[in-house]
Amino acid sequence: MSSEPAVKLLELTRLSKAFGGLQVIDDLDLHVDEGEIVSVIGPNGAGKTTLFNLITGVYRPDAGEITFEGRSLLGIEPHEITRRGVARTFQTLRLFLNMTVKENVMAAAYGHTKAGVLRSILRTPGMRREEREIAELAETRLAFFGQRLMGYRWNQPAYSLSYANRRRLEIARATATGARILLLDEPAAGMNPKETHEITELIAKLRTDGGYTILVIEHDMHVVEGISDRVIALDHGVKIAEGSFVSVATDPRVVEAYLGTKAATTK
Amino acid sequence: MSGPDLPEIPDAVDRPRVGVDEWVERVAGSEAGWQGALRARLERIPVWAKLPVLVVPIALFPLFTSSDYLMQVGIDTLVFMLLALGLNIAVGWAGLLDLGYIAFFGFGAYGYAMLASDHFGVHWQTQWVIPVVVAATVLLGFLVGLPSRRLLGDYLAIVTLFFLQLFLTILLNADRLNVPFHEGEVNFTRGPNGISDLDPMRLFGWRLESLDEYFYFALGAFAIVFVGLAFVNNSRTGRAWRALREDPLAAELMSMPVNRLKLLAFAFGAGVAGLTGTILAASQSAVFPVNFDLTLLITLYAMVILGGFGSLPGVAIGAIAINVSLEALRTPEDASWIFFGLLVLTLPFVIKPLWRWAAVFIGTIVFGFVVHVLADAFWERGTSANVVGETWIDRFVDSWVLLPADPVELGRVAYLVLVAGVLALTLLRGWWRTITYIPVLYLAVCVWENVMVVQPAVSRYILIGAMLVSLMAARPQGLFGTARVEIV
Repeated sequence: MSSEPAVKLLELTRLSKAFGGLQVIDDLDLHVDEGEIVSVIGPNGAGKTTLFNLITGVYRPDAGEITFEGRSLLGIEPHEITRRGVARTFQTLRLFLNMTVKENVMAAAYGHTKAGVLRSILRTPGMRREEREIAELAETRLAFFGQRLMGYRWNQPAYSLSYANRRRLEIARATATGARILLLDEPAAGMNPKETHEITELIAKLRTDGGYTILVIEHDMHVVEGISDRVIALDHGVKIAEGSFVSVATDPRVVEAYLGTKAATTK
Repeated sequence: MSGPDLPEIPDAVDRPRVGVDEWVERVAGSEAGWQGALRARLERIPVWAKLPVLVVPIALFPLFTSSDYLMQVGIDTLVFMLLALGLNIAVGWAGLLDLGYIAFFGFGAYGYAMLASDHFGVHWQTQWVIPVVVAATVLLGFLVGLPSRRLLGDYLAIVTLFFLQLFLTILLNADRLNVPFHEGEVNFTRGPNGISDLDPMRLFGWRLESLDEYFYFALGAFAIVFVGLAFVNNSRTGRAWRALREDPLAAELMSMPVNRLKLLAFAFGAGVAGLTGTILAASQSAVFPVNFDLTLLITLYAMVILGGFGSLPGVAIGAIAINVSLEALRTPEDASWIFFGLLVLTLPFVIKPLWRWAAVFIGTIVFGFVVHVLADAFWERGTSANVVGETWIDRFVDSWVLLPADPVELGRVAYLVLVAGVLALTLLRGWWRTITYIPVLYLAVCVWENVMVVQPAVSRYILIGAMLVSLMAARPQGLFGTARVEIV
């Protein structure tokens, strides 16, 4: 990272969320600096995906504050949060299955385009120009993945894609929203070792070439080690460790959360 | 992307395609040969350029007929085509099951009736009536959508169906309203009698007098709505509608305002229905509550399902197919053509592979002659009646089907046996199924010739139903729809 003082792009302060009696996120402080790649790890049920749902406005927090570029995201509808520059992918893939690969990406340009129904019916020159721009945007976003989502794949319905390609398409779709920060929910889940390696390189490339700041949930420790500037470990909604990959991975509390008390003491 | 141990691109052109997925294989297969080339060329034509294929034959229709009845059928068909286009917006694109759609149609028709008749003594020119009525219908669609926009699937269907019933109740009972600050009762809708003696359409001084003029006016409206919708489908709004049909949560998180888009789909569809309502009202010069009942809703859904939700030409052709069939089924000769045509056309899709179909086809014919010969020998009453018509089909049927002297009694029994036979068909597999087809088909023809063809009012809905069922079995997505995958 550069030596300039880091700018906090996304900041969560004292965030809490409970489902009934279950405290899923408990008094959590978290921030992501401009240009940083931060990984969130933790055992199942630690509250990682809930964290993403809180940031993107799917859930409302019980207490605390979320700011993006210094402005609060609380009480704003999810589509508006995405329009401001926070886009995500889903752990359980949620593509528009019966639309083509290219349409999936084009649809996500909705937030930063303007042509209304009337202009679409009249097919005004401005609307046609915008359509061309959306198509070009989709093509460049898909080109980000080398040859994997190019050519004949553009017109293929999303349901016909392989699992790994669906994950890639989700990332392409998220970038087409015009986001500045990407929240990637287990981008390497269900991938084979080669594909996992490729996705690791890709996430690094998303920062260097795409200029994105990235917050990622990942279980694969090779991926976490390969990409993270900083790692945050959650357990039962509480931050139990934060720092470099090595310091977090060897932290006794993290080992305990994953493997139990005995393993932590004998380590 | 470089690196020593990156995987190879699996589908590179210069390498043999090992492990390509099923979809690629199928597309590669369908692109081969002259059929593939033809299909590729057809697919490159934009939807609006295909419109003349649909519109020009329809436009020639009035030149071949001078019958007022046929012209009225033509106008009704165009009205259904317009309605199908509008219904497709909410149901086919945005995926909102709207069962109250007919209410918007009725609202438009009554709107015309109130603004251009002696009922209130208001006689507006049509170029003012149409924008006002369409705007009002859009507003009504918006208002109905507001409370419904958080409802999903079946719940939305129930609420909108309730709205349609509410609308019908108002139509039937708003003939004696007590209005504040007004002496006596106001007759608002004239109840079950409807409003009649409406003004003909007057556009900038041009009066639409004949049915031909209404026909072309409706056709023009259809062409304009069709092109407009084709453009919207390929815009960001159209993509957003389809995205919200696929996955509302993902659409919302990919920057699409789902609630606003749902309202827009509702209101936009309502506007098309309102416009269609004005055409219906003016062309029949009257409106009645029975014009807008549940039968119409079901018929309209049948049209859109037959044509294929989501496809503009599809839903329009579905409307033509069903409305023309329903009319043709009123006369026995035309009905026979449709019945036998359907049997011959649909069976190859239902009985596969082709040789099995051929076996059933030939088997049924032979079976019929054998039965007929046996009946001639042992049961003379069974063949004593004659077929009504004189076409070659009728002569063939005459020497093939059992036509007893008292068809009704036997027909009832045969009808029940036929239903049992069809049920048995759905349970049987393999050779047993193929063999069972033969007597069941023969029995179907017997029932048709003895009972149904002489009672067209009843049998036409049964036949349309059977047509839909067999189509859905062969092509669940409808004639022109694209097969959709729900969960993969």
